[in-house]
Amino acid sequence: MGSSYVTHAAGYVDNGGPKLVTSRFGYEDSHTLARFEATGGYVGLKAALAKRPADVHGEVREATLLGRGGAGFPAGVKWGFCPEGVWPRYLVVNGDESEPGTYKDRLLMERDPHQLIEGCLIACYALGLSQCFLYVRGEMALAQERIATALNEAYAAGYVGREILGSDFSVDVVLHWGAGAYIVGEETALIESLEGNRGMPRLKPPYFPAAIGLYGKPTIVNNVETLANLPWILEHGAAAYRRYGSESSPGTRMFAVSGHVERPGVYEVEQGVTTFRDLFYGEDFCQGIREGHELKMFIPGGGSAPWFFEEHLDVALEAADVGAAGSMLGSGAIIVMDDSTDAVKACHRLVRFFARESCGKCSPCREGTGWEEKILQRILDGHGRPSDIDLLLDVGDNISPGPYPVAAHAAEGLDVVPFPPRQTTICPLGPSSVAPIVSTIRRFRHEFEARITRGDTIPVSAVPATAGGSGS
Amino acid sequence: MSPQADGDQVSIVVDGETVIANPGELLIDACERTGTYIPRFCHHTRMRPVGMCRMCLVDVDTGRGSALQPSCMLECTPGMVVETESERTRKAQDGVLEFLLINHPLDCPVCDKGGECPLQDQTMAFGPGESRFVEEKRHFEKPIRVNDNVTLDRERCILCDRCTRFADEVAGDQLIHFMARGGQTQVNTFPDLPFSSYFSGNTVQVCPVGALTALPYRFKARPWDLEEVESTSTLDSVGSRITVQSSHDRVLRFQGVDADAVNWGWLSDKERFVFEAYDHEDRLATPLLRGDALGNRTRDGAELVAAPWSEALDLAAGALRAAPADRIAVVGGARLTNESQYAWAKLAKGVLGTDHVDSQLGDGLPADLVLGLPRATIDEACTPGGTIVLLGPDPKEELGALYLRLRHAVVHDGATLVELTQRRTGLTDHAAHSLRVQPGEAAKVVSAMFGDGSSGVAPGRSGGDVVGAGEVLAAATGPVTVLLGRPSLAEAAGPVVDAALALHDHLPDARFLSLLRRGNVHGAMDMGLAPGLLPGRATLADADRFVDVWPGVPDVVGRDTLATLEAAADGQVDVLVLLGADLLADVPDGDLARRALDGAGTVIAIDLFATETVASADVVLPAAGPTEVDGTFTNLEGRVSRVVRKVTSPGTSRPDWMIAVDLADRLGTDLGFTSPDDVWAELTAVSAVHADLSTEAIAADSTEGVLVTGGLALVRPESTLVPAHQPSVLRLVATRSMYDTGVLVAHSPSLAGLAPGARAALEPTEMRRHGVADGEVVDLVGPKGTVQVPVVADAGVAAGTVHLLVNQPGVDVVAMLDAGAPVTDVKLVRR
Repeated sequence: MGSSYVTHAAGYVDNGGPKLVTSRFGYEDSHTLARFEATGGYVGLKAALAKRPADVHGEVREATLLGRGGAGFPAGVKWGFCPEGVWPRYLVVNGDESEPGTYKDRLLMERDPHQLIEGCLIACYALGLSQCFLYVRGEMALAQERIATALNEAYAAGYVGREILGSDFSVDVVLHWGAGAYIVGEETALIESLEGNRGMPRLKPPYFPAAIGLYGKPTIVNNVETLANLPWILEHGAAAYRRYGSESSPGTRMFAVSGHVERPGVYEVEQGVTTFRDLFYGEDFCQGIREGHELKMFIPGGGSAPWFFEEHLDVALEAADVGAAGSMLGSGAIIVMDDSTDAVKACHRLVRFFARESCGKCSPCREGTGWEEKILQRILDGHGRPSDIDLLLDVGDNISPGPYPVAAHAAEGLDVVPFPPRQTTICPLGPSSVAPIVSTIRRFRHEFEARITRGDTIPVSAVPATAGGSGS
Repeated sequence: MSPQADGDQVSIVVDGETVIANPGELLIDACERTGTYIPRFCHHTRMRPVGMCRMCLVDVDTGRGSALQPSCMLECTPGMVVETESERTRKAQDGVLEFLLINHPLDCPVCDKGGECPLQDQTMAFGPGESRFVEEKRHFEKPIRVNDNVTLDRERCILCDRCTRFADEVAGDQLIHFMARGGQTQVNTFPDLPFSSYFSGNTVQVCPVGALTALPYRFKARPWDLEEVESTSTLDSVGSRITVQSSHDRVLRFQGVDADAVNWGWLSDKERFVFEAYDHEDRLATPLLRGDALGNRTRDGAELVAAPWSEALDLAAGALRAAPADRIAVVGGARLTNESQYAWAKLAKGVLGTDHVDSQLGDGLPADLVLGLPRATIDEACTPGGTIVLLGPDPKEELGALYLRLRHAVVHDGATLVELTQRRTGLTDHAAHSLRVQPGEAAKVVSAMFGDGSSGVAPGRSGGDVVGAGEVLAAATGPVTVLLGRPSLAEAAGPVVDAALALHDHLPDARFLSLLRRGNVHGAMDMGLAPGLLPGRATLADADRFVDVWPGVPDVVGRDTLATLEAAADGQVDVLVLLGADLLADVPDGDLARRALDGAGTVIAIDLFATETVASADVVLPAAGPTEVDGTFTNLEGRVSRVVRKVTSPGTSRPDWMIAVDLADRLGTDLGFTSPDDVWAELTAVSAVHADLSTEAIAADSTEGVLVTGGLALVRPESTLVPAHQPSVLRLVATRSMYDTGVLVAHSPSLAGLAPGARAALEPTEMRRHGVADGEVVDLVGPKGTVQVPVVADAGVAAGTVHLLVNQPGVDVVAMLDAGAPVTDVKLVRR
């Protein structure tokens, strides 16, 4: 135990709040079995093994542990979707975290791999599974290495493998490296990839792989952070867990804040208590927008989420509140942009990401995202046309039909960005590219117009929003 | 009144009208069946839905509010309300078409697909009319060859997954695949691994744009210049339904037609591209008679020289008139239509009075066995959950379209396959049990499978889980179908017949599907071109049916082809008529074929090409080919479908029935036929099994064809004694491959280069035992000759056997075979 605890290390910031999943992040050797055991490691597993599996499942259901991958579906409910009598079943851990701006799962895997393994074991015990696959994004070399080392340690110490801790419960955990594709974060594409196929989403229905998943068998796919919560819940109980957070979203969540704040990093935040304003400006948190600049906009939940602005700062960090305000918390990636940001460039940057990551399976996403990217690139290159703004919106409408401010939907007004998106595509990747376009055009139409008509580069936010003409 | 749903049917509402959908029917199919066409690109009724193109999005309300849903993915459910023309649907369809077109090159004026292009057609019907896309389009190298016959233009491709799905799901040749992602997604082959599939041409046919084109048709015609008729492929006995498309009196393309009972729209590349042979400049266009190098006719000249029909027919008729009936033989006829076969049966048996008539060339099975065993249809064989026993050759090599049906049944429909084959087949990977049967031992293996110890002898070196296979068959609950054919040309028919009868005894409810491969060979049996048979699956004992229309009927059963050739070699045949029979290539005894041609008096060959066999004939009469005649075809199930004339036959060549009529005329008998319809009318009069089958009935059901049922009483020949296998020799397995030096492949430029070449495949331990290395050229000494071939290791070959492909360039395997021996043993000699 040579190393001591520090309050912020390698992207993590201890904000002094409750630490349900980040309690060990401050230790330099947090990833080792020795540190893990010295700080309450595998206590949750032992607590689980003392109960009947159904009771463990019940505890998780009672805790209302919401999925942390993006959709926020209650884990305990999802676990109940496996059809009866169909075996074998599998647990697949979605560690393919690749939403732009997201890096909280990476830290969980790098800094506390044993906590994740413990969570997997608890889930397997609750569901009677004996096989778990840990799918880690291809680019995350350190996470892969640390999980591999941790698995070896855990196997050697009898936490994983046959007859765990002397019980009749046996689980094998297999580490699988992805090959680097955003779409594999989508659970059915992840399963395809795990099976050795091209990572392309499967068609729905079935809507959940719990019905038909890996190798055609019932499969539970859970996010890394979701599983990392299980040791705490089993150790302290669902009632204790529900004391944190809000009624509909109990517990804490990890948020990865990046962009123009003084102290970006991963924060564990109590849900429904902290607001965006607290997070961005609080002394224990991000400590404000960087010196000399004002907030221009922020993305509350990863690249696919519609954007928020100054007026949303007092929304609490909680799925229901953010949803009511017209966006999502998604995977916990918050990107803050100040007034030095060129909205057109920011929009282009995100759309380019989606265009490049489109798997190519369905036409609207494959062709539409690329087209949008080309239009935006052309505008940036100084060859924009006035009609491009409506064109961007209409192309978006053909990927994600909704009441967008295009001629066909003029009567429905400008203020609604439909969420969750309606889609002509198989999966939400294509519609994700529409969110930044609609968000920026809706708010910063004048910047687009300035680019197109005068070739202005940014910042033009000094120009009042109304000065652009049709902006709002 | 709106229609009512019966039983499991489902009532839905489409555009305000009630539509009754079948259980499990996809919305897109239910709409199309009832007259509402929903545009689509990726959807194909013979492949699993993938929902990729998103063209078929329609507004669907299943009770939770209406939403755009892909109709190709959605099974109809009760109460579903569908709007195919709502504002939202139109906008989505406009949008998808615009997306598909933004990177599509719009080079329609120079694209082969232009005029028959689903993208073009649906853009006209459903598209936005103009594009708002002003950016640079995606670029790829213009067309790349994915194999010898198919090119791929990735710029035109709309990534519908039809070709890749076909390769994966239908053909099982996963050699083309999506690569890269996003806007760079493309279909391609893996490096140095061409799309070498026997079925690659189907991908061209299902391509909804001009991305995949086939070289035999590429830049040959515009679709609007093509005329087409629906016909039947006569290449093999599956009788796949095709359209024959021509321009300026030349056939330019065959396309598969989706006949539900037969080929489901698929064709093997051989069936698809063989039209090139029919159009080849080497086709016989005029009668030929013996002559000298200067073109002068001399009775025993070394050459064949052109002659007028009158002279050639006179010569042929003269020879026939002079010969006693017992010294006339007719061999071949599988190439002919049913009508031509009937005319020839009438000429040979009714007019000339000989029963030495056999359409098979010593490489088939006795006709009375095929007609005597209970018969199965392809659909029965492919029943979901049924059981298939393969006792025969590899269907993938010999009957491509049937292979695809069988593969679908086994891979996708839960049929159980038990193989009793002499080597690995294209279906082995999917078989529940694949037993390696040593040549000659099939009957023993069948006995062992059913635990019959009374034979006293366990199968020699045959291998596999014999007992397990027997248990699978004993436990079968669905229909059991035996696929019956000759597994090897180096094994006589006898051992196969014994095994088939053993299976019939142990599984009395099992039905049999013949795998005899050669063209219309089943029609030939039905038309009486077999010793002892008369048209209509009748025997010589049924002669009274023919008294009114035939001058006579032979009263003694004649010789089959092998016996005829022995007799000819002995000088007992004065006139040998070859109806499209290439004896030297096809009879599994080249020496016997040669001696027969030399020993026969007058050889009259009626053929399409001047094969080596034809070159030995005294009179050569040019026949019209399959795209040049009207008539009907009988496939391996006994299904009759139409063959339709599309183009003019070369030169003065004539339909075979007409040649029979002309010869009969010179012999003083009027056959009474002036058209194929006349022949069919007489057939329905004399045949009990064809009695109800008018030409109108066949024409009315032209796509499916009409199944002719009814057979003969089963005749049990004596069982064949197979000599013991001496350890010092290898037992030979000789099979055909899809591509070889056969006359049609050799005259199809697209196919001619695809023959895999000769090699001797040995089981790896057998290679070590003989001390030969991979690639080493060895001598294989057979009963009648020696071949020199390189050796390759092949774990799919049984120990104790050696496998050769026949009719490969440079190596004459049939020349070393002895058709009289039940099995062929060869000695491997290192050089």
